[in-house]
Amino acid sequence: MKKLINDPADYVDEMLDGMVAAHPEEIRRLPDTKVLVRREIPEGKVAVVSGGGSGHEPTHAGYLGPGMLDGAAAGEVFTSPTANEVQEMVTACDAGAGVLLVIKNYEGDVMNFETAGEMAEMEDVEVAQVVVNDDVAVEDSTYTSGRRGVCGTIFVHKVAGAMADRGGDLEEVRRAAQKVVDNVGTMGTALTSCVTPEKGSPTFDLGEDEIEIGIGIHGEPGVERVEMMSADEIADRLATAVLDDVDPEGEVATIVNGMGGTPLSELYIVNRRLQELLGERGLETWDAWVGDYMTSLDMRGCSITVLDLDDELKELLAHEADTPALTV
Amino acid sequence: MTDVAREREAIVAAVDRIADRLADEKAYLTELDSAIGDADHGTNVSRGFGAAREAVVEADDASAEDLVKTVGMTLVSEVGGAAGPLYGGSFMHASGELEEGVTAASTVAFGEAFLEKVRDRGGAEVGAKTMVDAITPAVHTYKKSIEQDDLPPLAALAKAVDAAERGVDFTLPIRATKGRASYLGWRSVGHQDPGATSTLFILEEIHATAEEYLNGEGERDASSPSTPDDGEGE
Repeated sequence: MKKLINDPADYVDEMLDGMVAAHPEEIRRLPDTKVLVRREIPEGKVAVVSGGGSGHEPTHAGYLGPGMLDGAAAGEVFTSPTANEVQEMVTACDAGAGVLLVIKNYEGDVMNFETAGEMAEMEDVEVAQVVVNDDVAVEDSTYTSGRRGVCGTIFVHKVAGAMADRGGDLEEVRRAAQKVVDNVGTMGTALTSCVTPEKGSPTFDLGEDEIEIGIGIHGEPGVERVEMMSADEIADRLATAVLDDVDPEGEVATIVNGMGGTPLSELYIVNRRLQELLGERGLETWDAWVGDYMTSLDMRGCSITVLDLDDELKELLAHEADTPALTV
Repeated sequence: MTDVAREREAIVAAVDRIADRLADEKAYLTELDSAIGDADHGTNVSRGFGAAREAVVEADDASAEDLVKTVGMTLVSEVGGAAGPLYGGSFMHASGELEEGVTAASTVAFGEAFLEKVRDRGGAEVGAKTMVDAITPAVHTYKKSIEQDDLPPLAALAKAVDAAERGVDFTLPIRATKGRASYLGWRSVGHQDPGATSTLFILEEIHATAEEYLNGEGERDASSPSTPDDGEGE
């Protein structure tokens, strides 16, 4: 498999350095860590931080900037960052008003972020957290570790960042973030596996006429393998599951997210059908995002995210943000 | 050589063997993880124990307890994911049991403390298709072999390795309810758990190190007053 890499062991390091080199005025790297932070975090503002495995670019560091994240801890590819690195990020980002940790529901992320939060509290940093679990493909039952956190996380970053930027205190920022968690759903599909740099071959084998439905964001197989369908059929299948779960009324915000290897044209085709479906259900799309927001390396495929809106969420989504990957 | 120096040497040797073994099995563990996870387990544990090997060599005047704690802290800070806190946190937590050195009793206590921490932190019980499925039978078998069957530590360790191996086999036909594999639901059936497998490899290397360092000592322990009457023994 051909990739633009040097040594797979340097993949994350070199990616982070390149990212800082692209945004030297806005972003810096904490020495001897894989943590990127905003160069200037306003004094007295609640810091919003996140992180997780690498391979999901532009998540996480792409959302560093005014109106979104203050810190992003990168782990190795598809591996959560260590508790030590998250703790360094939390301490570095605290501007005196506390820090909100946005965690995706994977055991490694939850364990390392919670440990880091406890460590930071011992240094008198006030910490709160939300755990994103928007993946509707996974049953939330005793047979799973709960639902996964996937692309809905971007809406959480946006809303929490906006609330913090508007001067909300730690509890207000946490509450706004939790409101998104409670009202968002996502489901994804893979047309191909991705290839991790260390492994160098596809994580799972998929026939030419097969796709995986209900995938996460780590190149793992989905909940079901089915025959290839048309874009409209895929959009129907994903959107129906998401809408049945979120059950919105009135206005929604949507994301058609590329998994890293999907042309924007195909994402627009899926978005076209998604918007038709919303109309058929009597829903109004207040905002529709289309692009690569939460990727899985070079995987081909997409996910559909729907957020049920109220006035507060609309205001916070519309609040200005200035980051490498998203500008509002 | 003093007992303390010998213990230290044995621990450094064990970490060295584990690091080599996991480096050798990196691709295999990653392959297992590809089937039901995210294809990073081999890379992660291999990187972690590689770093731990360097750390214990640098700290080789430390006590047994401190060396094992160093292993744990290194894993926590190098591995990330779930394997970092599970393996690392448990080595850190259990290292306290080795305060008085490495003995049959202290290693039983170590195993129990290790298992307790893994279960606490990961929230998994036996049957969830995780490393707990290998650690639990290994620890219980080791404890029983030492405390009830009066086996010498080396023989007890061999039985623990066998038990862990059966634990690994047990993960194959069951459905995962913890970890990333749980998201696959029934599709996780028929695949061996990579975490349980790396646990088995670690135990095998600890056993191999013990063979090197305990040879001859086992018999002495075995001939201690209490006479096993179960007719077992080799």
